[in-house]
Amino acid sequence: MDFEPNPEQALIVEQVRRFVREEVWPLEAKLDPDASRLEPEDHARLTAMTRAMGLYGLGIPPEFGGPDVDIVTQTLIAIETAQHRAGLYSPCYGAFGGAGLAQLYEANEDQKERYLFPMLRGEKRGFFGLTEPSGGSDPARAIRTKAVRDGDDWVINGSKIFISGADGADFGIVFARTDAEKGRGGITCFIVDADTPGFHVRRVVHTLRSGHYGTELQFEDARVPHANVLGEVNRGFAIANDRLTRQRIPYAAGCLGVAIRAQEMSIEYAKQRETFGAPLSTRQAIQWMVVDNEIDIRTARWAVLAAACKAAKGEPFRTEAAMAKLLASEGASRVVDRAIQIHGGYGVTKDLPLERWYREMRIRRIGEGPSEVQRIVMARDLFDQALY
Amino acid sequence: MGIRLEKPWRALTPEAVAALPAELGVFQLGDAQGTVVRIGYAGGRTLFGLRSELAAALAAGEAAQFRTEVTSQYMCRYEELLMVHKADHGALPTGNAADGRRRLGRLSPG
Repeated sequence: MDFEPNPEQALIVEQVRRFVREEVWPLEAKLDPDASRLEPEDHARLTAMTRAMGLYGLGIPPEFGGPDVDIVTQTLIAIETAQHRAGLYSPCYGAFGGAGLAQLYEANEDQKERYLFPMLRGEKRGFFGLTEPSGGSDPARAIRTKAVRDGDDWVINGSKIFISGADGADFGIVFARTDAEKGRGGITCFIVDADTPGFHVRRVVHTLRSGHYGTELQFEDARVPHANVLGEVNRGFAIANDRLTRQRIPYAAGCLGVAIRAQEMSIEYAKQRETFGAPLSTRQAIQWMVVDNEIDIRTARWAVLAAACKAAKGEPFRTEAAMAKLLASEGASRVVDRAIQIHGGYGVTKDLPLERWYREMRIRRIGEGPSEVQRIVMARDLFDQALY
Repeated sequence: MGIRLEKPWRALTPEAVAALPAELGVFQLGDAQGTVVRIGYAGGRTLFGLRSELAAALAAGEAAQFRTEVTSQYMCRYEELLMVHKADHGALPTGNAADGRRRLGRLSPG
């Protein structure tokens, strides 16, 4: 098994690395330290560059117009695009595009016309509405939002929380309980237009992040046509679960990218900063922190690429993705923490990106399933059993 | 913290500005009648946080009154205040017209 990039991958990685350092870093130097968006003209310029590189819309399947880039290469790119201040949650400020809501690739033709294609053309935006105030780690049981059939419509009542992008979206993918007796077999996925009467974005949910926020949603007799059921009635959990598994690989890659950059900064700083007449890099306490960083980074890198390789081969990769997510988010948290320690007082200032990464990295151990859930996922596979 | 910035207005004077903390946060500028004319934030690149931003507003003669809220989550609080203002009044404050260039979300805060 060889996790070294092949020559073509190495070329792409080098191209993306140059893009991040030569195009994104200079723009970022002028932005607010917590910014998550570029000025529209800067965003348009960077997007034109990624299109010219043939790397725009990486997560979009080729049959829908995306570049034909395999998941391992996508993962290597994701490691690079995270290596700047906003990189954890806004890699390259969206200049590489995104897959949008991948669930829509499985939509029927009518739904593709109304939602998928406008989303891919950049005319519509969507949100993913799964987590509820009653819980997010166990969606099969936590979902209390109800949808009741009424003629050709479904009537939805309930609430969602920590939903990104709902306030600016044109529609959302919303999971609701349609059979109270069936647990995970009683959840249906709906496409809900944001202008549906009874759909409300009630508030911003403030967290450790400043440049990004989640929202709380409320559904009050929101009427959705049956034609907007995504997939089959009572089969929505599989749609949610598939997305959660796939998303763990790029999520882990982003953590890894930030850890790599924090380590790079730590080594540069330790070589130039002197204490008591000698550079920090000669101090064993600092050397050990840097070594521990490297161990965390390499462990996470192997796990992330192992998961991507399995996915690329079409093999089951749920355990590998869970392990990658856990190792990368926890390892990168430690790396950023040590990097701050090495930088001393400067490490916690907004002059450097470390304090932002420190805050945002804490969320990564919870988002897309907390570490404890990743362990549950792995245990379930190891014991070859269904969850409870 | 309420969703709206409902602190009492304070007169925008050199003395009031000098007494402001050099903290990160958000602010509203108002005219003499208490109409919000601009919502802003003091971010990580300001020299003296809210004090710098309000001093600039005072020098520009932008407003008669102001109110502030210290917060390290200034970016999303700023966006929230813009969205709430738009929900309440149907439009952004006149001084935030340029923010319409970006796609602003919408809230129904009730």
